[in-house]
Parts: sequence; C-alpha cells; structure tokens
Amino acid sequence: MGISLRIERRAYAPLWLRIGIPLLSVLLSLMIAALMFHLEGIDPLTAYRIIFLSSFGSPKGLSYSVVKMIPLLLCGVGLILAFKANVWNIGAEGQIIVGAIAATWVALFLVPNAPSYVVIPLMFIMGFLAGGLWALIAGILRGKFNVNEVIVTLMMNHIASKITEYLIYGPWMGKTTWGFPESDPFSESAHLPLIPGTYIHYPTLIIAIIAALLSAVLLSYTKPGYEMKVLGLNPEAARYAGISYVRTIALVMFLSGGLAGIAGVGEVAGLHHRLRYPWAISSGYGYTAMLVAWLSRLNCLVAIPVSFLLGALLVGGDAIQISLNLSVNIVYIFNGLILLCLAGGEVLTRYRIRLRRE
Amino acid sequence: MDVSWLIPPLHVAIQASTPLMLAALGEIYAERSGILNLGVEGMMLIGAITGFVITLTTGNPWLGMLMAAIAGALMAFIHAFVSISLQANQIISGLALTMLGMGISGLVGKPFIGIPLRFTLRPIAIPLLSDIPLLGPVFFKQDAIVYLSYILSLAMWFFLYRTKPGICIRAVGENPAAADAIGVNVALVRYCCTIIGGLLAGLGGAYISVVYIHAWLENMTAGRGWIALALVIFAMWDPLRALPCSYLFGGIEALQYWLQRYGINPYLLGALPYLVTILVLTLIGASESLRRRMATPSALGKPYAREERTA
Repeated sequence: MGISLRIERRAYAPLWLRIGIPLLSVLLSLMIAALMFHLEGIDPLTAYRIIFLSSFGSPKGLSYSVVKMIPLLLCGVGLILAFKANVWNIGAEGQIIVGAIAATWVALFLVPNAPSYVVIPLMFIMGFLAGGLWALIAGILRGKFNVNEVIVTLMMNHIASKITEYLIYGPWMGKTTWGFPESDPFSESAHLPLIPGTYIHYPTLIIAIIAALLSAVLLSYTKPGYEMKVLGLNPEAARYAGISYVRTIALVMFLSGGLAGIAGVGEVAGLHHRLRYPWAISSGYGYTAMLVAWLSRLNCLVAIPVSFLLGALLVGGDAIQISLNLSVNIVYIFNGLILLCLAGGEVLTRYRIRLRRE
Repeated sequence: MDVSWLIPPLHVAIQASTPLMLAALGEIYAERSGILNLGVEGMMLIGAITGFVITLTTGNPWLGMLMAAIAGALMAFIHAFVSISLQANQIISGLALTMLGMGISGLVGKPFIGIPLRFTLRPIAIPLLSDIPLLGPVFFKQDAIVYLSYILSLAMWFFLYRTKPGICIRAVGENPAAADAIGVNVALVRYCCTIIGGLLAGLGGAYISVVYIHAWLENMTAGRGWIALALVIFAMWDPLRALPCSYLFGGIEALQYWLQRYGINPYLLGALPYLVTILVLTLIGASESLRRRMATPSALGKPYAREERTA
C-alpha cells in the first residue's frame, strides 16, 4: 500500500483560488523582494514602511497614488478588453505616447488660442483616436494577415518613442526651452483642471472610471462584448457563429489603444503641460497596466481598486528610490516578481493535486 | 581610392552588432524549440551588470563574461520553469523577466554607476586575414568574443540543420506532440534551448558593459534586447542569416549619429529596425508560399502538455 500523487485537470477554478492566487502572488513577491533587499544590505522593513507611509500614510500620499492610478486604470481596462478577446496588446506604452503627441498637436498647433471648453474635449477626442488608430494597425495586421500582434505592438512602442524624440529634437522643439528637448509649454487653457491642493487631474480620473464601468457593461451585456469573449475563448466557435474575426479584433484593438491614448492626454495636459522625452511621459505605465489586468483577473470593476493599489506601489517605489538612494528601476522588481508569480500560479487553476491511497 | 577613413566607424559597427547577434542567436534557439522569451532585454541587463561587477572586482574580463553568461542562463531558467513546467503564458512570463532584470540590475548596479572599467578584452589580429584591405582591419582585428560570434553563427546553423539533436529542436518547435510520440523529451529540449538563449543574452549584455562601453549605466542595454527579438524575425529564425542581419541592425544603431552628417535623421533611422520587422512579419503573413519557406516555428508560444500527467 502506498500513497500516490496524482495531478489532474480541473474542470473549473473555484472562487477562492481565483482570489487566492493574486493575493498569494503579491505576498510571495513582497517576501522575495524583501530577501533581495536584505542581501543588498537594505533593511526590508524600513523599505516597506517607507513604501506604505509614502502612499497611504498621508492625504498627500493618497493623492499621489490616485495620480498614478489614472493612467494605470485607463490602460488596464484597455488591456482587459484586448486580453478577453485573446488579443495580446503589449503596446499600451506606445499608445500612451501617441495620445500625448496628439494632445500636444491640438494644444500647440491645431487650436492654440481656443478656450478650455474647446481645447480640452478636442485633446481627449484626438488622443483617443490617435491611440486607437495606432493600435488598430496591429489589429488589422493580425486580423487580415495573421501577424503576431505581440511583436507588432512591442515594435510600435519603440517606433512611437523614436517619433517623439524626433519631434522634441526637431520640428516641435520649443522656442522657449533654450535648446532643451521639449515642446513649448501649453497655454493655460489646455491645462486640465486639478483637484485643489493635489495633482489629480480629475477630468481624466472621471473618464477612467466611466471607461471601466462602460467596459464592464460592454463585456457583460452587449453583443460586441459577447463576440469579443467568444472570440477569446474559442475562435473556431466564433467563426461558426458568424462573428467577424477581422472586425472584432479591429474593434478591440481600437478601444484598447484609444483608452491608452486618453491616458497619454491626461499625462501631458494634466501634469507635464508639454511634450517631453517618451520615458518622462510614461515611465512604464503601459507595462505596469498588464499587472492591473491580470491581478484583477480581467474584471474591469476590480481593476479600479487594483489600479489604485498599484499606483500606490509606484508612489512607494519612487519614495524608497529617493530616501534610500536606490535605482529608478526599483519598482520593477515588484512588478516583475508579481507578474511571474501570477503567470506561474495560473497552473493551480488548471490542475489539482490529489493524494490517493492504493 | 583611399578608404581607410571607413575603417573606424565600421570597426565600431561590428562591435555594436556583436551583442545583438549573440542575443539573437540564443533567442533563435529558444524560439525554434517553441519558447518565446520576451525577457531578452532583462537577461542582457543582468549579464551587463554581472560582467561589469565581476570584471571590476577580479580584474579578469573572461571571468566576467563567463559569470554573465551563467547569470543570463539563471534568468532564462526562471522563464523556462514558469513557461514549460508550469505551462504559464510565455508572453507574461517573458515580460516579467524583463521587468525583473531591470529591477535587479538597477538594485545591484546603483553603487557602480560611473566607475570606469580598466580591464577589457584586447583585440587580436588574425594573421593573413587581417591584412586584407578594408575587410581585414574591420572584421579580423577584433576581440575574441567577436570571433566567437562568427563561429557561433556557423556552428549553431550547422547544429540546427545538420545534426540529429538539431532536428529534435526543430521538431519540438514545429509539432511537440509528434516529437513526443517518437520519444523526444519535449520539456528537456525546451529547457536546454531557453537556457542557451539566456547564456548568449547574458554574454551579449556583458559585452556591452565590459568591451563596448567600459562602464555600467542604468538600463544600458537601451532596447538592444528588443532589437534582438526583431532580429530573430528579420533573420527568419536562421542562425546563419543572423550574421548579416545583425550587422545591418547594429550598423544602423552604431552609425545613426555618424550618418546625421549626411542629412539622415538619427531618430527616424533608429525606428527603422522596428519598422522593417513589422514589414517582414506582414510579408510572411500575407504570402502563403513565403510562410512555408520561412521557418516560423508553428508551436511558438504554445505550452505543451500531455492529456494526463502522473507524478
């Protein structure tokens, strides 16, 4: 008689697992990161205290977390739409930048002297269109020619960066920046209003939350949303059901990129008020948004609190970077570990281990 | 005509291309076995910081290179474990690896920023070959790692196309179930290929910090890992083709500011490798006959599992 371990497929993942895996991933990552800090001679408790206090410890910290939450939520929701349809948009970073370029174009060249109620809506519309069309290229290539969208969207991130550098070193270099690679500053009327005493550009925050709610409705209660999900679960079934492959992928990519584009508008019109180096406009929000999507297990409503928590983590990362004199990349340790654990932990939803007496 | 003014920029262009080629050769093997590793940039960064720190502290660049390759392989092992044994999504796992590489290299490398490196690899002139006008000094007055890259390109091509284990690699990337049925250990082949990818990416990263730049800077690979990924596609998953393609992409990178004098915008030129890659992918996608001749591994990015597993 002995005990044998059997690994068998699960028919479905129970709720406790679906909640447990993200939580466990975060905990495990914090522990591994603590070990790394310790090995580098940094007291992990000090580091975590600074992270917590800088983001949750004061109203100011909370407001910073909300500022970082805005682009994360917009991009995260966009990615959720794409991932639900099994379309791998890795290009949110580039779509943010393209949105920022569009906003700059509106503010500086299209309607430079118009009042706020003209410029601001126009910036958001053009940013949405720019991000959407930029992503649509990858969508159409995937839909029409079956070109791997992962590589295309990744490559397009770099192209967007290079275009931005070309603009700020070339035709858009500001006349008032003394040769510094930036565009001219936007006029007052193109600045997004802030919640007084904070940097929260609330129009973008409101758009982000509405986008999350609408996307949840889109996915759960509408025909296009249903088609996206079917395509994601079973492309063969989608084809038999008469769902247009090309049209659905195009729509998904357009929406996904458009939301990231809006995030880009928020960053330049709400915070920077000019076009800058691409890495200054978005320091990896497009990639961190992948964590938003997967930690919330592709649920648009859950993405709202999750994006806030990740925003807080980014604030905490900045804080330990400054107060402990660490690398600007420090927060990527957490991001990378969490994402790895999430990816690896997914196996538990598909298999279970059974002990059996023989 | 005197062409000696061409030698220095071309000599540098070869050096700039070498890390790209090493990383791309490794990634070709990983992808040929069906594993897409988007962590190249992260593995190169880990290699760059490891190579730099070891060379700085021991004074031995060879040890630095070796440890960098091992560090890259360890990173690749994480990806292999998560995506092969745990059957995780390779896109997520690979991107996570890049993030982790950025984070760890930043954490470890902070105290080393700006320290110049006095130890590096010396160029070795190859007798006879280095006397060829123009080509000699450009190709055959380089350091040993550059020569290694020539040899690897040839050897890895030969191994992949002319040996039995090479056929196994291609079979596993093409149709893992069939390979499994004839007794090939799919997981083992994929582990090996992914780890080869890590070894070479780590070595490529160390080449940047130890030989090419002689210093550690944060994010110093500056997107070369992504260029290497593009290169794999541009070379159509063929190690031999990776050689000229690397020189094209590396040349663009090394010469972008030099070409500026001739009215070519460096930023738009910098976007060219990415643009060309998208174009190649589109061509492959659009043409059925082209697709058959290109070696895009059919099982790329797909985890493989038998129906039932017993442990």
